[in-house]
Amino acid sequence: MSEPGTTTDAAASAASGPAAAPTLDVRNLGVTYRVRGQDRAAIRDVSFQIGPRESYGLVGESGSGKSTVALALTRYLPRNGFVSGGSISIAGQDPLTLSGAALRSLRARTVSMVYQEPGRALNPSIKAGRQIAEVFEIAGLDRTTSADRAQDMLRKVQIPDPGQVMDRYPHQLSGGMAQRVVIAMALAAEPSLLILDEPTTALDATVEAEVLDLVAGLRAEMATSVLFISHNLAVIAKMCDRVGVLYAGEMVEEGPAGVVFEQPEHPYTVGLLRCIPRRGQRKDHGRLDAIPGFLPAPGQQVAGCIFAERCALVIDECRTAQPPAEPVGPGHTARCIRHADAAELPRATPADVTLPASPGSGEPIVTIRGLSTTYKNADTELKALTGVDLQIMRGETLGLVGESGSGKTTLARALLGLITPDDGSVVEFDGRPLPVDLRRRPRELLRAVQIVFQNPDSALNRRHTVRRLISRPLSRLAGLSGSRLAERLADLVRSVRMEPRHLPLRPGQLSGGLKQRVAIARAFGGGPRLVVCDEPTSALDVSVQAAILNLLADLQAKEQVTYLFISHDLGVVRYLSDRIAVLYLGRLMEVGPAETVFSGPHHPYTEALLSAVPSLDGQRRDRIRLAGEIPSAATPPSGCVFHTRCPRKLDSGLCESTEPPLAEVEPGHLMSCHIPIADLRRMQETPR
Amino acid sequence: MTAPPAEAAATPGQIAVAHGVAAPPAPWRLLLRKPTFLIGVAILLFWIACAIFGQAIAPHDPLAQSLLAKNSAPSGAHWFGTDSLGRDVLSRVIVGARDILLIAPLATLLGTVLGTVVGLIMGYIGGIVDTVLGRIVEAVLALPVVVVAFLFIVAVGPSSVTLIVVIGFIFTPLIARTVRTAVLVESQQDYLASARLLGERPGYIMLAEILPNVLPVIVVEFTVRLGYAIFAVATLSFLGFGVQQPTPDWGGDIAANYGLLGAGYWWEVLFAAMAIASLVMALNLVTDGIEQVISS
Repeated sequence: MSEPGTTTDAAASAASGPAAAPTLDVRNLGVTYRVRGQDRAAIRDVSFQIGPRESYGLVGESGSGKSTVALALTRYLPRNGFVSGGSISIAGQDPLTLSGAALRSLRARTVSMVYQEPGRALNPSIKAGRQIAEVFEIAGLDRTTSADRAQDMLRKVQIPDPGQVMDRYPHQLSGGMAQRVVIAMALAAEPSLLILDEPTTALDATVEAEVLDLVAGLRAEMATSVLFISHNLAVIAKMCDRVGVLYAGEMVEEGPAGVVFEQPEHPYTVGLLRCIPRRGQRKDHGRLDAIPGFLPAPGQQVAGCIFAERCALVIDECRTAQPPAEPVGPGHTARCIRHADAAELPRATPADVTLPASPGSGEPIVTIRGLSTTYKNADTELKALTGVDLQIMRGETLGLVGESGSGKTTLARALLGLITPDDGSVVEFDGRPLPVDLRRRPRELLRAVQIVFQNPDSALNRRHTVRRLISRPLSRLAGLSGSRLAERLADLVRSVRMEPRHLPLRPGQLSGGLKQRVAIARAFGGGPRLVVCDEPTSALDVSVQAAILNLLADLQAKEQVTYLFISHDLGVVRYLSDRIAVLYLGRLMEVGPAETVFSGPHHPYTEALLSAVPSLDGQRRDRIRLAGEIPSAATPPSGCVFHTRCPRKLDSGLCESTEPPLAEVEPGHLMSCHIPIADLRRMQETPR
Repeated sequence: MTAPPAEAAATPGQIAVAHGVAAPPAPWRLLLRKPTFLIGVAILLFWIACAIFGQAIAPHDPLAQSLLAKNSAPSGAHWFGTDSLGRDVLSRVIVGARDILLIAPLATLLGTVLGTVVGLIMGYIGGIVDTVLGRIVEAVLALPVVVVAFLFIVAVGPSSVTLIVVIGFIFTPLIARTVRTAVLVESQQDYLASARLLGERPGYIMLAEILPNVLPVIVVEFTVRLGYAIFAVATLSFLGFGVQQPTPDWGGDIAANYGLLGAGYWWEVLFAAMAIASLVMALNLVTDGIEQVISS
């Protein structure tokens, strides 16, 4: 492993030069959990250094041990976990040998952590201001000075009205605001090392973008080293100078972020990057690849390379001894004896498939007119959808995007008949009105419209076996029984790439990806014509996501179904969709062919969404940021609902007063905006 | 990223076909590792053996009076002494397990079945049904348990069946409330929406989809209530509304003899009281074990 700062990239960012001692020095770290009397190694032989002012990214899928590393650094491991080897040094101190007061002081002054859920990091019964001020009081300042300093910190994290926020309880803050408060607390002690563990995973894209900008800005301002932990490769690429790739508790590759993501030298990294839709990859050309097989079971003893079981480049030598971390470039190491061939890793799925040309013949299968839904509470009414007009064409994939609270899921549930829309809403299926009440739908319509839910843990009855889960729609909807049911069951199991031996298992015995396959088989059991996919991959790891997306594309071609594909992940939507609809606060902002919506000119909200998403392909020049938070749907803004955050709002006051109609601005491209398309095109082509 | 060599492309069918995750150990295996649970089960089995084989195990006839040997202290002939009619206390304690171990579980079972049905309906159907049933449940809960039991037993006359029905009915609203809460938690899950999209009927959804998932809650509730039922039976017998003398019964025997405590005849009360206590304690140990395993 090379010293930090000797690489070109890191040297540019590490102002203190190559000679400076690293802020964090982890050497040969091993962490073991004791589960039911057995030791399970969670981290094996992990070494890395973070130099002063350096930002280091730790990336890996669930089960890779990235959070365990963070916990071990501050000795916050759960009671059954212990450091079984190696050494840690944070700013010259060894947290493993410190005791009592010294350890407390290390945690108070030298290291700070920010976790995924800001709501759980803040004490719900103490006002935000007091919680930040406490940090200063611990450092020995008096109460008034501490309160002033706390307010300064809030200003520093760009909270618009710090005085007011000081007096709020955590539940009165939005997610993005709360995460800023947590960051303010973490930075208040001016720590040498800031650990960010998935800090933006729970936030919406536009809010995430703001928080990431904030962290990047603060890092430049304060002399803090950052350990950034994320499953999101694009976020790491955007935020970090160097990156370490963890797989099953081992550091398989490490190096400058740009180099690792552009020329990965370990087959796992290569495979992982091929799982992410980028550079405009679509389901029909430039197919995503998947990583075959599964993570080794926790604690499993592996004699050779930990990735050998899943590696297409494996040779006998790989299975005998753990490969050393070989230097493959300046500051770049990979634990692979075949790293020279890594870029040529054979694909697990063919790159090009010929899907039958999308029969999106322009003939609608679903027509929605004036769809509104209202959630009524004791004294409040929340309009989740307001007058949505939308058509879904036969055989196409319509991508539905928008942030949380935009009404995506409500629209899907109204279509399915799980919630009742307001009077006057029209939903037609195949030219016939779709009964609002699920119980009034004849079997033909029940089987025609099905759904794949976001979270298979919730969507599958955990007490039922896979056989029962998949058979039920076959008997209920397709009306099969006996040998014909068994035949179709076997067929269905094969087409979701599962095996007969999975049939007697219950969901708890399956991995996340397999569970989602069962859910997909259930949706396809009745022979549907429209399948709603409600964030079907957002609970899954990247490598599993790719396999599920390809499965959905294959099934669509095979079964000739139409998809309504809901996702907050624009890359995923782009990969799968033929057309895109963008929702904001329950209103349709833009609908059009996927390529048109992505290439522009787009609605200002779509533009903001697109520029908020970090990308592995380098950042866009024309980045715009949204000010403020998403307004509440209970009190939507007047006129165009987006005007409160719109960076392109007209000066004439038209946006505040009048709601723009959804009008066709180009053939097949509808938009709800007062700005003429020609002006939008000009604005968006000019770099800001 | 360069395009991979075409000949190396694997067949798509090979990807991501995987083994399942290792099955977690069966709950009962975890239970067998808990010493407190095993102690509880041992005591429980002892009393169940007494209830079934009591007459055979007992050293004396529990009904045989011996006026010459009345109120005699524990000795080699009568380990637990004799009562005011000269009956062997040990034999009466052993045989006394029979009725209470028949009545209490049946009463609890009745209450659990009725409570589960009511709770499922309240939780799943919701709306006006939930409101109406909820009010009835609250009304029943507001009445003092023993007084309600008295009224029933006085009206119908004491018998084992009366006791079972009365205690079962008293438990119904309590169990219904617990089951309803568990059903409401399950109602948030997407598998119910999924079942509705298959056109499943409410009865199927309640019994085949929800019930298996709330069963652990019901099992815990059953064991908790069983402890209370033991107590209720003993109390009612003590007050003269339960098992009637001269049938050996712990509560009834305590009532018959506690007046003589002042005279120093402690053995006539103590052993029956300890029998009740040990049974309730054993049930609590079993409940704790089950609860811990289910919640972990």
